[in-house]
Amino acid sequence: MQFDDRTRVEKAKKRAVVSQREVRNRVELFRHLPQYEHGPQLPYLESKFFHLGHIHPSVYKVGLQYLTGSSTGGNARCKEMLLGFRDAILDYSTPPEKTLVRDLTSKINSFVSFLIECRPLSVSMGNAIRFLKSRIVKLQPNLSESEAKSNLISDIDHFINEKIVIADQVIVHHAITKIRNGDVLLTHGHSTVVEMILVQAHELGKQFRVVVIDSRPKLEGKTLLRKLVMNGLKCTYTHINAISYIMHEVTHVFLGASAVLSNGTVYSRVGAACVAMVAHSFRIPVLICCEAYKFHERVLIDSICSNELGDPDVISHVHEREELNHLQNWSHKENLQLLNLVYDATPSDFVSMIVTEHGMIPPTSVPVIFREYGRDQLLFF
Amino acid sequence: MPDIQALVNDFILKLKRRKIEGSQATARQTAELLRAVVSHQRLPYTNQALALLDAVRDIGEQLIAANPVELAVGNIVRRVLHIIREEDLTSVASAVDGLGLSTNSDDDDNFEHDDHPILSAAAVAAAARSTLRAPSLQTLLEGLPESALAPRPSSSGGDSEGKSKSAERKKLKHDVIEAINELIQDIETCHEQISEQAVGLIHQNEVILTLGRSKTVKEFLFAANEKKRSFRVFIAEGAPRYQGHVLAKELVAKGLQTTVITDSAVFAMISRVNMVIVGAHAIMANGGVIAPVGINMVALAAQRHAVPFVVVAGAHKLCPLYPHNPEVLLNDLQCPSDLLDFGEFSDCMDFSTSGGSPLLHVVNPAFDFIPSKLVSLFVTDTGGHSPSYMYRLIADYYSSDDFVVERRIKS
Repeated sequence: MQFDDRTRVEKAKKRAVVSQREVRNRVELFRHLPQYEHGPQLPYLESKFFHLGHIHPSVYKVGLQYLTGSSTGGNARCKEMLLGFRDAILDYSTPPEKTLVRDLTSKINSFVSFLIECRPLSVSMGNAIRFLKSRIVKLQPNLSESEAKSNLISDIDHFINEKIVIADQVIVHHAITKIRNGDVLLTHGHSTVVEMILVQAHELGKQFRVVVIDSRPKLEGKTLLRKLVMNGLKCTYTHINAISYIMHEVTHVFLGASAVLSNGTVYSRVGAACVAMVAHSFRIPVLICCEAYKFHERVLIDSICSNELGDPDVISHVHEREELNHLQNWSHKENLQLLNLVYDATPSDFVSMIVTEHGMIPPTSVPVIFREYGRDQLLFF
Repeated sequence: MPDIQALVNDFILKLKRRKIEGSQATARQTAELLRAVVSHQRLPYTNQALALLDAVRDIGEQLIAANPVELAVGNIVRRVLHIIREEDLTSVASAVDGLGLSTNSDDDDNFEHDDHPILSAAAVAAAARSTLRAPSLQTLLEGLPESALAPRPSSSGGDSEGKSKSAERKKLKHDVIEAINELIQDIETCHEQISEQAVGLIHQNEVILTLGRSKTVKEFLFAANEKKRSFRVFIAEGAPRYQGHVLAKELVAKGLQTTVITDSAVFAMISRVNMVIVGAHAIMANGGVIAPVGINMVALAAQRHAVPFVVVAGAHKLCPLYPHNPEVLLNDLQCPSDLLDFGEFSDCMDFSTSGGSPLLHVVNPAFDFIPSKLVSLFVTDTGGHSPSYMYRLIADYYSSDDFVVERRIKS
């Protein structure tokens, strides 16, 4: 939706379940994106839990998890959403004088719009929803309700298993072949696939060192660092500013992605573009690890047109270092805007290779994957 | 001079403990200290300049060794050495002038006299200066050795005995102190000189990006704002010091449109930025810049999007050295606790499981090196310069004999 169109925003607000208030100092450049105040929705939603009858409790729970940020990462969010829908379908019964296909589709639509209000959809979630809807539409009309439901549930299980779990295993299998003894691997943020690759390579007895680059405000690298160190990997930790310092010793860069777009642009956690750029300037290969269900046909050339804005207040708050909170009471100032970008777009020329379950491909071959496998094969089986 | 030695030791301790923040403060304090050294130095009747040079070089060596990363110290030491040489030359010139036509003196180093015994004193002084300054084509062709820098002051002691001896001794010292005062003045006012150029470089509705906080950048933006230029500023916060927040506060207080972004969003935002302005820690002779950590990333992003990358820095940050492996050798690794709380990871720091070596390293470098090819423009107190011109600018401020400040073996 266009958030710079006032009338549409007003209309959407009337429909909305979650009451949203726009932040006071909106960043002009991002008027087209939702810039809501974070924080007040949660108690509101909690209080309305028993009044929102049309939203299944499992979906409600997922929405709250998105809102609080307790579930992040493309795979985790997608999985949770599908499991929420699975519960909703299990408990579903077609109301009298309605057909399952129509009613369930509209039900799913209302769930989705609720989830969007909690947090904008990721590409992976969009693909999963598209998959589920087309499955509903394609149901044989002569099936009984219970048969249709069990069909859909097995489809969802299949999707999670095949497109996420097994795909990750195949990616790990591919990527490990690129790790040699003595390598220094750099990663940014916390990607579950990259974590699996590193841990499994270590378990295979490969000798290597990991550099974990972290960036504010989420500092997700700390979670990854903790997991790696617990597994006995040798790690170096630093912030994204020191990337040019640390890049001298690095041999490979492994990054996760939120989406891979058809012009080869990789859409991922903010900072990945910086890491890839510096690696590119040091002539160090950048490997993007991404499941094929996160591929999307749309194109993007910058990080402005399509992005997500996080809570601006976390920018001014420096975690655990109170003496540095210079901007504590300044967010009300009219001239001051705080911008918390969540994603950025890495141009395809910074990317050496994309590792998917279909193999290792150059970024220019992303449209080829679409062509060869087709939309249906990429998502369906 | 126990009091001077105490001052020096005090300053060295401060440098070693990194107590002095910012290269401007360091430069000023170094200059003040060297002024004290010069004024307390007892000078012999002959070879005054040499004695002064030795004294300054002696102290300078200690100061540089105290914090080799703070290049401003070395720069000021070299500037003072250069000042002494210059003042010595002018005093020689005036001495020759005062002696009238007695140019057929037994000057051992001003051998030009031997060739042209009837040269006027002014011409001698000019020639002497030209040898001290950068080599010109003429001096190259004449094949002048560097004798102009060899022990000279015997000349002033040579035949003008008696009346003016003590006066001249005082005069050299006095002139040097005067010149150092001027230098201190320059250091203090460099921001004004630089910010005067702001209006010429910032246009209406410009979008400027900077990282961290530099006093020079702040003054630069303020100056443009005062001239009623309206523009917006993106500030990357500059983790782990988060000085960008302080700068944002200062700019907002002046009514500038300011947006704070995380450092990781630099690449995303730079495509909408018209100009990057950053401060520097030091500018090297090859045009490379040593700047707070993270700026190399900004420079690369700016180059990728063809955004002009402007470095504003006072002349005291010009360093006459050519960097070798500056990322490592001219860097400071700071406390890891800025990045990672020790307590948070103390359970992972069990050395026994990993055979004695720790599994976890935390790197917190203070500086980045930006190669000259990424810099579009330097703005110093003397105006705007391209990176390739830096070596020449440096020749104006330093004499080539002082590039290596170390004790000479006394012959």
